[in-house]
Amino acid sequence: MSQTQLTAGMGAAEMVATGISKGFGLGPLHKQVIQDCSFTLEKGKLTVLIGPSGCGKSTLVNLLAGYEHLDAGQVTLDGQNIDGPGPDRLVVFQETALFPWMTTYENVSYGPRVQRKIPQEIFNAETMKLLDMVGLKDFKDKYPSQLSGGMQRRVELVRAMINNPKVMLMDEPFRGLDAMTRALMQEYYVRLFEEHRGTNLFVTSELEEAIFLADRLIILTNRPAKVKKIIEVTLPRPRTFQMLTTPEYQECKHEALELLHEEAMKSFASGTVNAADFLEACASMGQDQPAPRKAGRDA
Amino acid sequence: MTSAAPATVNTEQAPSSFEMSCFCFKQWLKSSGPYLNLLGIIGFIFFWYLFTERLKLPWFNKLPGPVEVYKEWVSDDPAYGISLYTPEYYHHILISIWRVLQAFFLATVLGVPVGLFMGWKKTFKDYTFPLLETLRPIPMLAWVPLSILMWPGREASIIFLTFLGSFFATVLNTLLGVESIDEVYFRAANSLGAKPKHVFFKIILPGSLPFIFTGLQISMGFAWFSLVAGEMLAGEYGLGYLIWNSFIMVQYPVIVIAMVTLGVIGWLSSAIIRVVGDRLMQWKVREAA
Repeated sequence: MSQTQLTAGMGAAEMVATGISKGFGLGPLHKQVIQDCSFTLEKGKLTVLIGPSGCGKSTLVNLLAGYEHLDAGQVTLDGQNIDGPGPDRLVVFQETALFPWMTTYENVSYGPRVQRKIPQEIFNAETMKLLDMVGLKDFKDKYPSQLSGGMQRRVELVRAMINNPKVMLMDEPFRGLDAMTRALMQEYYVRLFEEHRGTNLFVTSELEEAIFLADRLIILTNRPAKVKKIIEVTLPRPRTFQMLTTPEYQECKHEALELLHEEAMKSFASGTVNAADFLEACASMGQDQPAPRKAGRDA
Repeated sequence: MTSAAPATVNTEQAPSSFEMSCFCFKQWLKSSGPYLNLLGIIGFIFFWYLFTERLKLPWFNKLPGPVEVYKEWVSDDPAYGISLYTPEYYHHILISIWRVLQAFFLATVLGVPVGLFMGWKKTFKDYTFPLLETLRPIPMLAWVPLSILMWPGREASIIFLTFLGSFFATVLNTLLGVESIDEVYFRAANSLGAKPKHVFFKIILPGSLPFIFTGLQISMGFAWFSLVAGEMLAGEYGLGYLIWNSFIMVQYPVIVIAMVTLGVIGWLSSAIIRVVGDRLMQWKVREAA
């Protein structure tokens, strides 16, 4: 598919986080959420961030987006320090953030309309093209409350993409969708990504989703979060769900699971209740488990 | 790629709003609602009749009964000069409505922007909120003397009282409306490159509309409340004046006529605001449908 004026040219940028830290609360209530965390979102790559639940993934996204201020460290976008939110780094939120008082069309075209950089005919065509790509052309005059959960997520995806941001920040965007819808969303998303090849950060707590989507997988440690390991996922693109059965995928999954398990155990030892679920799930998953499973039980 | 979903919803043509209303009305007639409504009102009138005109209970024996009020209301030669056939009746009604309209209009035109601004700019709220919260609980009756002193004529002071009652409710509800908007919408708007004016007109204003319209209904109620207080003390015409004057002149049925008239008009005015609100908030209405 040929790219229109809107999506051509700009698009991808490199985002670098260097030694960033963030804590909340005062005095004895202070909790360090992120500690000396460094990573790079490579240009045109889909980086997935995964870590134990409650480890500070959302906080990390808020820092990159500029909603929260850094305690230490710096974030740069193509070498420029970032300061506050802006249309060059768009966030797709965990909860739906579509404006309920605007139709699908008005929501999607909101960015171009307020930025006034592009003439109307062009963003109008682009809006329709993107809506068509995610199968929502006929829903352009519906309000968000008239759309299903999966449709809302798709509208939100294209509302961000139409602005052709340098970086897309996806904060567990498919959380809360049922398994079928989720798989459908992953497919839509991966197609959109493969079409545009922008720099993407995708945060999730689902390992399968993570590997299916990722070029690079960043595994975070338990709180305070820092980078535990970066795994390069070498599955070819375009991705298909059939790839989830290849040995390459299995290998990748094992490695990641082992690392996550280790973190979950630490997190459990430090009294985080959430980690218990993960450990229990690992224990009951059967033979294709990483070695530390036994140790986990004993602990 | 899977894209089967869209086809399904399109097939159902959206019914016209007239069809929708007809259907809703028929459903309503089939439910027990309207009959219970009617029964409640009839029951009330029956007990009123029983206590006043039938049993003449000691506390009720000075009150006009429903039959007496009804006869007076529909008489073409009323004993006390007020009935459906006298121009005076409509004169009082129109004067009251005109006052409420002026006051309500002023209160909305001033109150909504003040409320929006208070919710938008924290500094402005810091200046004004304590003042609002101190002035708001003062009963409208307490304002009567000052408003008579302040304004040159009776008319102006009555409208001022009516305005005050309405204004505070509008401001407070608008403010609550702005504060009810989820932070995530502001974040989304900022990310998408919205400038302050866009945030104000595209997020704050539509986002607080539901609260604003609830506020306008409440403020309409307050407007009638304050109007009657004002008219009783300083009026020459109007339903409030009519009630008080009839009391002094011992024309008791007229009191009830004016009261019921107030009730009906008040109810209608709220209904109009609700309809306007639904018009402006299509996204809310469609959510319910």
